[in-house]
Amino acid sequence: MSKYEAVIGLEVHLHLSTKTKAFCGCSTEFGKEANSQTCPVCLGLPGSLPVFNGTALDYAIKVALALNCKVQEYTKFDRKNYFYPDLPKGYQISQYDLPLSLDGFLNIETEGSLKRIGITRVHMEEDAGKLVHENDGSLVDFNRAGVPLLEIVSQPDINSPEEAYQYLSTLKSIIEYLDVSDCDMEKGSLRCDANISLRPLGESKLGVKTELKNMNSFKGVKDALSYEIKRQAQLLESGEILTQETRLWDAKELKTISMRTKEGAKDYRYFPEPDLPPFIITDAKIEEIRKSIPELPHEKASRFVESYGLLEYDAKILVASKKDALFAEECFNAYPGKDKKLIVNWFIGPLMAEANNRNLSISGLNISSAYLIELLGFLSRNEISNLTAKSVLSDMIDTAEAPGKIIKSKNLVQISDGQALKEIMEEVIGENQKSVTDYKSGKENALMFLVGQLMRKSQGKANPKIARELLKERLNA
Amino acid sequence: MNKNLYSLTAHELAVGLNKKEIKSEDIYSALDGRIKESDPKVNAYLRPSKGLSSGGDRITSGIPVAIKDNICTKGFHTQCCSKILEGFIPPYDATVIKRIKESGHSCLELKTNMDEFAFGSSTENSSQGPTHNPWDLNCVPGGSSGGSAAAVASDEAIWALGSDTGGSIRQPASFCGVVGLKPTYGRVSRFGLIAFASSLDQIGPITKDVYDNALLLNIISGYDPNDSTSINLPVPDYTRALGKDVKGLKVGVPKEYFIEGLDPEVKAAVEEAINTLRKMGVEFKEVSLRHTEYAVPVYYIIATAEASSNLARFDGVQYGFRSKDANLIDMYKKTRGEGFGEEAKRRIILGTFALSHGYYDAYYLRALKVRTLIKEDFDILFKELDCILTPTSPTAAFKIGEKVKDPLKMYLSDIYTISANLAGIPGISLPCGLTKNGLPIGLQILAPHFQEEKIFSLAYAYEQNTDWHKLKPKLT
Repeated sequence: MSKYEAVIGLEVHLHLSTKTKAFCGCSTEFGKEANSQTCPVCLGLPGSLPVFNGTALDYAIKVALALNCKVQEYTKFDRKNYFYPDLPKGYQISQYDLPLSLDGFLNIETEGSLKRIGITRVHMEEDAGKLVHENDGSLVDFNRAGVPLLEIVSQPDINSPEEAYQYLSTLKSIIEYLDVSDCDMEKGSLRCDANISLRPLGESKLGVKTELKNMNSFKGVKDALSYEIKRQAQLLESGEILTQETRLWDAKELKTISMRTKEGAKDYRYFPEPDLPPFIITDAKIEEIRKSIPELPHEKASRFVESYGLLEYDAKILVASKKDALFAEECFNAYPGKDKKLIVNWFIGPLMAEANNRNLSISGLNISSAYLIELLGFLSRNEISNLTAKSVLSDMIDTAEAPGKIIKSKNLVQISDGQALKEIMEEVIGENQKSVTDYKSGKENALMFLVGQLMRKSQGKANPKIARELLKERLNA
Repeated sequence: MNKNLYSLTAHELAVGLNKKEIKSEDIYSALDGRIKESDPKVNAYLRPSKGLSSGGDRITSGIPVAIKDNICTKGFHTQCCSKILEGFIPPYDATVIKRIKESGHSCLELKTNMDEFAFGSSTENSSQGPTHNPWDLNCVPGGSSGGSAAAVASDEAIWALGSDTGGSIRQPASFCGVVGLKPTYGRVSRFGLIAFASSLDQIGPITKDVYDNALLLNIISGYDPNDSTSINLPVPDYTRALGKDVKGLKVGVPKEYFIEGLDPEVKAAVEEAINTLRKMGVEFKEVSLRHTEYAVPVYYIIATAEASSNLARFDGVQYGFRSKDANLIDMYKKTRGEGFGEEAKRRIILGTFALSHGYYDAYYLRALKVRTLIKEDFDILFKELDCILTPTSPTAAFKIGEKVKDPLKMYLSDIYTISANLAGIPGISLPCGLTKNGLPIGLQILAPHFQEEKIFSLAYAYEQNTDWHKLKPKLT
């Protein structure tokens, strides 16, 4: 693969989480009974006319600004004409030659440094309905028809599947901070198509590109791109000439399948939407929306480093999710100690592990900052071991009870009392004579084994530090 | 009231209603009888056999308005006289229908005939058969609002709504000897008007005289939040413009409108009208609208381009006619192939071509630029003029079948009306004479944007000094 450079551009479609649709008053709520959220406008009934939703415009401008785009003063809608049963008007209201905004960028983390990915344009459009296939035919659900969409088109600045993944994660994180979309790929509120071509390293001319569709997760995007890089490289190696085409990602078979070639490309016959006059976006409006943009992830990360003494690496992980970051900051402020390292380690360690196991976010675990601080208090006072603390955390999540109560009821307080530990220690020594001999003959590792045995015998309650000191003292005597 | 109620104007009937000498039901039953008697000859209405008395929850109030078949009426058929919309019953009322009901009036349940999707100038392109001109049943009533114009002319309706994209109110009004107004673009809500060309379409009144026209415009005008192209300007009481002194009004007569192709009888009638108005103190001036010759080609690019997109929704999926076929693409092809008439197909193909990749710049974009020039021609003239006066159509009504095989000839029938749609300005047609053969001739008055009052003042002054609007056709 090192012979070729991949050139990748991504097109992201994002549902805006406005209460009502882009051009009518119907609700955008997901998961309702089919066609229950429709009216003559979003059904495209004869004679109906669109009226643009001002909130959708505000959200769109917000995203454009957060992605450093230049919001255009004069913008308009266009019709994109094509036939499909889920498209009630036979055209989609979209934007063509005068989009909402142009020329932005997004910084992504790649191999420890920042890389700037250009954003060509962010424009507004409407979603189509959804086909439901049944045995004896297909049905259309128009609940989704007319939901406001943003199309975010990147420059072909992405050079690897990993960078594509980073781009999507960073974008999602920013959008979540703006609170304008739930970015849920499973619900279809975030969709991504990719354009990819290969060229020999050092070559500046672009190769023949493939458009990839039908990926339904960030990992799917990454996998499809990896597959496509291999496929195209093999073809190029064997001297074949690639054709420009659209390919679909098959997530089961883990491969891409050709859908249509350029010859079959559609002519969408774009022209200005005569039902919606062009409009002006004033500087005052742009400034007003700019002021409403909250602290974005990279800004929050810098502040965490400055205010709480976090490592940059840790801070970046913490801010990826807005809700988790808010929860973390609540904990920092509630924690009495100046050093927040313990909290950070617990967020990135046990909390994240619990969240992943349960398929939730950290904030979704629903534990209060007070309980978490209480738990970490037991730990830092050496009243419980790290191992015990993790199991208490798990119980806290399951039962929503206070850590103190759990520790007390399960009798989990760490044994730091020398006399009690000595009794267990003698048993361990008696049962592990070989290790004792090993240690005495200079094998330091044997001591760790004995500490481990002691911990096991105490059911994790022994204070490992004191146990180690006691063992060392006893064996060296 | 000893006359037949159906032969009266709305303002005459309003007097009777106000004095409680008549009831709305009386007007309904008079019209019902008249339609039964006359519509078999005229064919102004769809499904006239249904009559007016059917339907349990019929609301009879005020003076009923006849509605063109491309304006959505909740609960009863609206199909643009196209097979493809067969059986379509809108679940909502167009804004104009709501306004008529809110004003205390009502709508006839029979819809008026038209060229399919308003594509035509003769009401021959209708899935319901042609409408006949009440002045000569062998002639067309004009189009596309031929049903509305013929209904008003034959006293089958008191007043009516039409729609005008390139002359579809004014030209049939001219052919049928009635008064038809295309308001300023944005004056009347298009919500519920099944679109032909969205940037050109306007709904307007077709009436027996100028007074009724102003009354009906009062009712249907005004800003509608459901139509983003409607303009939020106050609506004056247009009847207050009637009877205003026209002395000193400056009116232009564009020389480009008096050229080859203009019937000498029409020319003479318009010149006579100019003389009549001049005697009343109106000042006339020959002017030039330099880009007039481009109006027809520009119109047929823009209008068909928009139409090709507006008609894409008629795909057999949700409503109307669907040709049975298992395969989606074949279903689309057969539904549209069988559902649309000849002229609709012609315009869809023209418009699709004009918007196609590689042709867009040369056709559509260029047409938009010339449209701006045409609009500027008017803007410049209206700096010094109150109105512009022209013939409505180069000829009086032609014979049924005469132009139907020659679309270009048919398109030229709108040569004097199209510019107003391209410029977005208001225009009226009112009767100003009869040909030797007894066919009506129409006079067109154009005014600047939102200056319908000027049109009404001038039209009313002319009407009060002539008797053309009082003539009734013989229905032979």
